[in-house]
Amino acid sequence: MTTVAPPWALLAELTHACPLRCGYCSNPVELVGRSAELTTEQWAGVFAQAGALGVVHTHLSGGEPLLRRDLPDLVAAADAAGLYTQLVTSGVGLGERRLAGLVESGLRSVQLSVQHADPAVAERIAGARSFAAKERAARLIREAGLPLGLNAVLHRGNLDALDELIRLAVAWGADRLELAHTQYHGWALRNRAALLPTPGQVERARSTIARWRERLGDYLELVWVAPDLLDATAKPCMGGWGRISLTVAPDGTVLPCPAAGSLPGLDPPNVREHQLGVIWRESKAFNAFRGESWMPDPCRGCALRATDHGGCRCQAYALTGDPARTDPACRHAPDHHVVRDLVHDLVGGPRRLAYAYREAPREAPQAQREVPRDLRRGIRDLQREEGP
Amino acid sequence: MTSLRPAARQNAAGWAPALVPNVTAWRPALARGVLPRHDPVRDADLLLLPERVVVLHGRAGAVLARCDGSRTVAGIVAELSAEYPGAPVAAEVPDFLAGLRKEGWLT
Ligand code: SF4
Ligand code: SF4
Repeated sequence: MTTVAPPWALLAELTHACPLRCGYCSNPVELVGRSAELTTEQWAGVFAQAGALGVVHTHLSGGEPLLRRDLPDLVAAADAAGLYTQLVTSGVGLGERRLAGLVESGLRSVQLSVQHADPAVAERIAGARSFAAKERAARLIREAGLPLGLNAVLHRGNLDALDELIRLAVAWGADRLELAHTQYHGWALRNRAALLPTPGQVERARSTIARWRERLGDYLELVWVAPDLLDATAKPCMGGWGRISLTVAPDGTVLPCPAAGSLPGLDPPNVREHQLGVIWRESKAFNAFRGESWMPDPCRGCALRATDHGGCRCQAYALTGDPARTDPACRHAPDHHVVRDLVHDLVGGPRRLAYAYREAPREAPQAQREVPRDLRRGIRDLQREEGP
Repeated sequence: MTSLRPAARQNAAGWAPALVPNVTAWRPALARGVLPRHDPVRDADLLLLPERVVVLHGRAGAVLARCDGSRTVAGIVAELSAEYPGAPVAAEVPDFLAGLRKEGWLT
């Protein structure tokens, strides 16, 4: 085998625990429990190995990473390993002292999630009270002088309110706003019917973005992550499987992509058993879809294969049962009809905005208690969790 | 305010003309959140940013190492010319720095 180039980035999913319960969460349906999480020392080892391997950037994510009490130690360990640390947070729990401690430990930047510019709608989407905490977190981050990125996951329930989201980003002093369409993995798959936007919404959103880009220039970086199902275009898989980045899950499982835990037979390695370098270079999981030799037709001869890497393996598996097929989102895929039918059914279906939430200690506001219509899978689970 | 949005970025269309009267006074410094680093694994000079890694080629690392807010552009050019005699420092470095400023990586 040719030598494998080292990775640049590490997504460290420090915990799956989270005070929010976003309907679009792409973390697995079965979350890793707190007792199975890596310890402080184990994470420090992961960062050191990552640095030695060539990683220069880490996203400290989750779940909600602030729920790790040892977060300052983890930031310090990553910083000592030469990694640029970015916290990816809901903002819930990011008070002044907490932030100061993290900055002192070497935190470089923060990415804050937002669900909607209207507090009530935002909290309905997040399934938890959180808006005021986010607003405060944004202010503190700015005051600390750290670069602030906002990220919003886009779906049917907020796509018509992009103007307000962009104004919010400006008002909160963000440097960057990432507008990323929902990826239907993990929990989000259950809520696909409630989340999938209409083609009309997407079109309007695109022109909204174009208008704001012109107006804002370089003042605010607007990043648009396209809706692959509606665009009939495969999304570029993380810059390529096993090419740019790796994900370490809360229990130490190492994955080429955050959603890949769902793939059958992947047999992902764990940092408790192997060194990161060996995992990156030699493991079966990281070599499964690396490069182009695994590609089927029509990707094999397609000019776009260096750009989108044949699309998403997890989606290919979810929609065809075979992770090695061309991503059915792609209009050239032999299975594209699956996506066409799905979009047709869901977009034409009733417009209920109701999500299934993960079970949580909190009572959901009344409006959340409807059962999403048309969910092909998981309907029984939904009824169990939400009540009819 | 973090310098990921330095003044030059706030008026994208008009930054160049506005820069001219100021250029001699400008003492370039890396923006907050921009971290220079030597990468021993790839033997490369890098700039690390919140969502980005910039690989610096040639002597770009040596140029940026002098962007500490204490030297003017002319000062940087003079130092580099002395260190790399014969290199087209005066012709290239000011444009290079202005480009990075436009990106928001220098203030
Ligand atoms: S396989 Fe799919 S979910 Fe995983 S990184 Fe690639 S595009 Fe994303
Ligand atoms: S055929 Fe494959 S490589 Fe070509 S655009 Fe579709 S997914 Fe991408």
